[in-house]
Amino acid sequence: MAGKPKLHYTKGRGKMESIRWLLAAAGVEFEEEFIETKEDLEKLRNDGVLMFQQVPMVEIDGMKMVQTRAVLSYIAAKYNLYGKDLKERAWIDMYVEGTTDLMGMIMYLPFQPADTKENNLALIIERDGASIQQSHGHDYLVGNKLSWADIHLLEAILMAEECKPDILSAFPLLQAFKGRMSNIPTIKKFLQPGSQRKPPADEKFIAVVRKIFNI
Amino acid sequence: MSGKPKLHYFNGRGRMESIRWLLAAAGVEFEECFLETKDDLTKLQKDGSLMFQQVPMVEIDGMKMVQSRAIANYIATKYNLYGKDLKERALIDMYVEAIIDLNELLIIHIFQPADKKEQHLATIVDKATNRYFPVYEKVLKDHGQGFLVGNQFSRADVQLLETLLMAEECKPDILAKFPLLQSFKARISNIPTIKKFLQPGSQRKPPLQEKDVPKVMKIFH
Repeated sequence: MAGKPKLHYTKGRGKMESIRWLLAAAGVEFEEEFIETKEDLEKLRNDGVLMFQQVPMVEIDGMKMVQTRAVLSYIAAKYNLYGKDLKERAWIDMYVEGTTDLMGMIMYLPFQPADTKENNLALIIERDGASIQQSHGHDYLVGNKLSWADIHLLEAILMAEECKPDILSAFPLLQAFKGRMSNIPTIKKFLQPGSQRKPPADEKFIAVVRKIFNI
Repeated sequence: MSGKPKLHYFNGRGRMESIRWLLAAAGVEFEECFLETKDDLTKLQKDGSLMFQQVPMVEIDGMKMVQSRAIANYIATKYNLYGKDLKERALIDMYVEAIIDLNELLIIHIFQPADKKEQHLATIVDKATNRYFPVYEKVLKDHGQGFLVGNQFSRADVQLLETLLMAEECKPDILAKFPLLQSFKARISNIPTIKKFLQPGSQRKPPLQEKDVPKVMKIFH
């Protein structure tokens, strides 16, 4: 029953990728069971293991956890990536939520019609590029210690760079942050080929996802 | 510097309403500063008061907190509405996140174009009655307790009540098939702090009317 957390999702990033990042950064090994067809999803639903009929679902510590943020909060707290007190937690939450908004917008870009893509990308960059330059010259975002906020921001930065490679050109502190974070051993390992990190969705994969989730 | 929390938002529910509910349920008095025009929002943005240039923003305990979930998490923890340990917290989070999903649908309903409204309402009713309400009905049935988690009042109860009432505003008989949710609704509504919040004259906001939509749109667009 115990053992490694088990992730149920498609073989792509989507809403599960942030969970993979957090587990990897915490040095926690995990297993994955991939949903490849509509039938795979139906089976999970019929088995009654998806509280709200949705994935991500993560089997962890005897629970079948759903709702991305619930899972992330649990992992962050369990592995000491959530600050030392309520105030640090508040700051971490604020950064994480802002970063999540940014990633959410980037994530949905492939599912939008071609003409809105360009506009929305410009909007994302303009709105958030300035806001996340908050490092205040410390190595980490909160409490001078690695937290969920740092891991989440690194994920977002890398995702944004995939959209626009020079997006960090006006943000030297974020560039340094990216360099530092990428060198943390657990994260460095996750960034190497062969890890459980998933690639960005291509056209073919998007078609598969549309079929599975009916979108 | 300290004193009552101060909420910055427009004079309507939106993403601030859940925060008002939590503070009220916890018996915490709060002040409100309403955005009435785009200039009001711009001023806050130029002041550097809004970390991501957005509201809700709540001044609380020396912080200018933004991001509704971050704010709600802080309030819930501070006022002991977040369970007694990590596992209860996990359960509360799962329940609350789903409630927030349903809330999102309810919040945006008034902003739907006229030709999409009816279908959107159908989606709300379908999700509420087939995906979300059955789960909470079953939770209450399985443990037979008065509160959703840990036999203790928590933010999950507050936020579920808020959503049940909003759903009823959309469709008055939406709880017809959920007897335990009906009694949950009555029970939680009778908790003194909540009862007070449900009375006329409280800081609870009414649903947005069609006629007010243009004004709200102007602030944010």
